[in-house]
Amino acid sequence: MDAVLLSRIQFAMTIGFHFLFPPVSIGLAWLLVIIESFGFKRKEEVYVRLGKFFGKILALTFSVGVATGIVMEFQFGTNWAEYSKFVGDIFGAPLAAEGVFAFFLESTFLGLYLFGRDKVSNGVHLFSIWMVAIGATISAFWIIVAGSWMQTPAGYIIKNGRAELTNFWDAVFNPSTVIRFLHTIDAALIAGAFMVAGVSAYLILKNKETELAKRSMKIAVYFGLIVSLLELFPFGHESGREVAKYQPAKFAAIQGLYTSQTGAPLAVFAVPVMPPPELKAKIEIPGLLSWLAFGNFNAKVQGINDFPPNDLPPLFITFVSYHNMVVLGMLFILLMMIATYQLKKNKLWDRKILLKMFVWAIPLPVIACELGWIAAEVGRQPWIVYNVMRTSDAVSKNVPAGDVLFSIILFALIYLLIGSLYIYLLVKEIKHGPEPAAIKEVLS
Amino acid sequence: MDLNTIWFLLIGILIMGYAVLDGFDLGVGVLYLFTKDETAKRVYLNSIGPVWDGNEVWLLTGGGALFAAFPIVYATVFSGFYIPFMLLLAALIFRAVSFEFRGKVSSPGWKKLWDYLFGIGSLLPSILFGVAIGNIISGLPIDISGNYVGTFLDLLNPYSILVGLVSLSFFAMHGSIYLMMKSEGSVKEKVLPYVNRLWMAFVLLYALTSFFTFFEAPFQFNGLLNNPLFWVLFVLLLVSIALIPVFVKANKFFKAIIFSSLTIISIIGLTALSLFPRLVPSNIDLDFSLTIYNASSSKTSMMAMLYIALIGMPIVIAYTIFVYRVFKGKVVITKESY
Ligand code: HDD
Ligand code: HEM
Ligand code: HEM
Repeated sequence: MDAVLLSRIQFAMTIGFHFLFPPVSIGLAWLLVIIESFGFKRKEEVYVRLGKFFGKILALTFSVGVATGIVMEFQFGTNWAEYSKFVGDIFGAPLAAEGVFAFFLESTFLGLYLFGRDKVSNGVHLFSIWMVAIGATISAFWIIVAGSWMQTPAGYIIKNGRAELTNFWDAVFNPSTVIRFLHTIDAALIAGAFMVAGVSAYLILKNKETELAKRSMKIAVYFGLIVSLLELFPFGHESGREVAKYQPAKFAAIQGLYTSQTGAPLAVFAVPVMPPPELKAKIEIPGLLSWLAFGNFNAKVQGINDFPPNDLPPLFITFVSYHNMVVLGMLFILLMMIATYQLKKNKLWDRKILLKMFVWAIPLPVIACELGWIAAEVGRQPWIVYNVMRTSDAVSKNVPAGDVLFSIILFALIYLLIGSLYIYLLVKEIKHGPEPAAIKEVLS
Repeated sequence: MDLNTIWFLLIGILIMGYAVLDGFDLGVGVLYLFTKDETAKRVYLNSIGPVWDGNEVWLLTGGGALFAAFPIVYATVFSGFYIPFMLLLAALIFRAVSFEFRGKVSSPGWKKLWDYLFGIGSLLPSILFGVAIGNIISGLPIDISGNYVGTFLDLLNPYSILVGLVSLSFFAMHGSIYLMMKSEGSVKEKVLPYVNRLWMAFVLLYALTSFFTFFEAPFQFNGLLNNPLFWVLFVLLLVSIALIPVFVKANKFFKAIIFSSLTIISIIGLTALSLFPRLVPSNIDLDFSLTIYNASSSKTSMMAMLYIALIGMPIVIAYTIFVYRVFKGKVVITKESY
C-alpha cells in the first residue's frame, strides 16, 4: 500500500476515534450548565448530586477526548507535510486560535469545576462549568473553521506555490463555516441530551435514586426535543443547501443522483450497488430534492455522470453514511416526541420499553455524528482542499509507508484498549449511580 | 523588530511556558515511578490533578502557533521526527487517561498498570523534549529544498540523548520542588533528598552538555559572546541555579520554584539566542537552514495571529493565575480526589 492510502486510513482512524468523545463532552457540559443553574437558583441538594454524578461522566469522556485530540494537533505535520506547507499560511491560525481561546479555557476551568466545589463560592463554581461549556464550543468553532476552509476555501490567493491569506475574516467565515458549526454543535447537544436521558432512564428502570433521575430525565427530554427538531430544520436542511450550492459533485454523491435532471426526486431509501453505480429498490419522492436544494420543484440538479470520474468521491460510503445519519435524525425526533408526550401525561415513568429504548439510544447520536462527518469528508475527496489541492499531493514525501503502517498499528492497538476501557468504566460509573446524599439532607 | 522576529519570540515564550508549567507535572510523574506508597502516590497525582491539562495546552498552542507562523518548520520537523513523535503521542495518550482511569477500579493489578503507564508517559516526554532540542541545536540533515533527509536513528545521537538527560533531570528537580510545596509529613520527608540529588545531577549534566556543544555545534557560538543579551541571560542562569538550593534549605519552596523556572527560562532563552535567526540549522550546509524568513507565513497571516495572541494570552494568564491560587496550599485527599 502506498503512503497516501495509509495516511488516509490513519487520519480517518484517529479523527474518527477522537470524534467519538467531543460531542458527548460538549453536550454534557451544556446540560451540566442547566443542572448546575437549577441548583444555584433553587439551592436543592439533588442538583448538586446530579452535578457530581454527571460531572464524573464528563470528566471521563473529556479525558479521553483530550488524550486523542493531542494526536490530531500534530498529525497535519507528521503525515500531511506537503499539505501543511501549502496551506499553513491559512490553516495554522485557526488551530492556534483554538489553543489560545478554547483549550486553555475548557481545561483550566474543568479542573476548577471538578475539584473546586468546596474551595470557591457557588457562584464561581457555576461560572466554571459555564466556562467549560463555552470553551468546548469555541474549540469546536475554530476547528470547524479549519475543516470548513478545506471544504469551501475563501479569503486566499495562490502565490509562491502556496495558498496565502488575503482576508482573515473571509477565510474564517468561509461559505460553510457557520452552518457546519451550528449543525455540529446541535449534534453535540443531541448527544448530551441522549446521554443524560439514557442514564436517567437506566436509574429509573433499576429503581435507583429515582427522584434524582426523574429531574434529569425531564431536563434531557425537553432539551432533547428542541435540539433534535432544530437539527432537521433549519440546520440539516441548510447544510444540504450549502452542499448543493458549493459542492455539487458531493451533493450528487450523498443523494445518489446519477443523471442530471430537473424536478429531481429525493431518494428516501435505496440500496446502492457497484459497478456500474446505481440505486436498487429505491423509494423516491418526485421533485423533492430539487425543492430542498434550491427551493423550486423544477430546479435542475446535477448528477454524478456530469463530473469527470477522477473528480468524484467514493459513491457508496457517502450515500450510505449520509442516509443513515438522516434516518437516525428522524429517530431522535420521534423518540423525543413520544417521551415528551408521555411526560406531559405523567406516564413516562411507567413506560418501561420506552425507557429501555433510551438506554440503548445513548450511543446513537455519536454514531450519527460520525456518519455525518464521513459523508462530509469522504464526499470532499479526491480533494484535500476542494478544487484546489488533491489529497494525493498532500502527503509527507519523506515518511516511508512502513513508518505510517507502524503508527497505524500502534494507534489501533492503543485505541482498542482505551476505547474498551472507556466503555467499561462508563458502564461501571452509571451502574454505581450517584453518591448517597450528604448526612445533612438525610437529617432534615 | 519585524513580525518574523516577534513570532520567533512568541514561540520561544510558549516553549518556556510549557517547560515551566508542564515541566513540573511531568517531573512529578517521573518521581511517581519511584514511590511505592499509596498515600504518597495519591498526593502526587492530586497535586497536579486540577492543573496538568491546562499546562499541556502550552504544548498544543505552541504546535498550533508554529504551524501558523512557520509552517515549513512544522511540516519538516514533525514529518522528519515521525517515529519519535508517534511514540511521544502514545506516551501522552496514556498519561492523559491514567488520571481518570487509575482510581476507578480497586484491583492492585489495575492500579499497577496505570502507575507504570503514567510514569512512563511522563518519563518519555521529559527525555524527548531534550532530545528534540538537542537535535535542533546540532542541526538536522535538511537538503537544499528544505526537506529532512535523515533517518530515525540519526535522531538518537549521543549529544541529543545527553540533552534529553538534561531535560529529564531538570523536570524531575522542578517537580520535586513543586511536591515539597504541595505535600506535608512523611510524603514530604521522602521527597526532600531527591531535590538536592536532582539539582546536582542537573548541574553536572548541563555543564557537560554546554562543553560538548562547542564541538557538536560550534556555529551556535558565532558572535554570541559579543551579544550583551547573552551575558544578561547567562548571569540570570547562574544566579538562578545557585539560588535553588539556598531556598530549598531555607524551606522556601515557592521561591525555589520561581528560580528553577527562571533557570529553564534562561536556558531556553540562551538556546533561542544562539539559534536566531535560524529555526532549524542544516548540518548538510548551513545555508540550507530553515530560518524565520524562508520558513514563515505571509505578513497578513502573522499579523492576524499577533492580534489573536495579544487578545487571548493576557486573559489566559489571568485565569490561570486565578485557578492556581484557588488550589494553592497542601494537597488534601477527599472523596472527589483521584
Ligand atoms: C466539534 C468538535 C471538535 C472537532 C471536529 C475536533 N475536536 Fe478536538 N476537541 C474538541 C472538539 C473537537 C473538544 C470538545 O474541545 C475536546 C476537549 C475534550 C473533548 O472531549 O474534546 C477536544 C480535545 C482536543 C485536544 C486536547 C485539548 C486539551 O488538551 O485540552 C486537541 C489538541 C484537539 N482536540 C485537536 C483537534 C484537531 C486537530 C481536530 C481536527 C482534525 C479536532 N480536535 C477535531
Ligand atoms: C471531527 C470529525 C471529523 C471526522 C469524523 C473526520 C473524518 C475524516 C475521514 C473519514 C477522513 C478520510 C477521508 C478519506 O481519505 O477518504 C478525513 C480526512 C481528513 N480530514 Fe477529517 N474528519 C473530521 C474533522 C476534520 C477537521 C475538523 C479537519 C480540519 C481541521 C479535518 C481534516 C482532515 C484532513 C487533513 C484529512 C486527510 C486528507 C484527506 O483524506 O482528505 N478533519 N477526515
Ligand atoms: C435530520 C436530518 C439531517 C440532515 C438533512 C442532515 C444534513 C447533513 C448534510 C447535508 C451534511 C453534509 C455537510 C457537508 O458535507 O458540508 C451533514 C453533515 C453532518 N451531520 Fe447531518 N443532517 C441531519 C441530521 C444529523 C444528526 C441527527 C446528526 C447527529 C446527531 C448529524 C451530524 C452531522 C455531522 C457531525 C456532520 C458533519 C459536519 C458538517 O459537515 O456539518 N446530522 N448533515
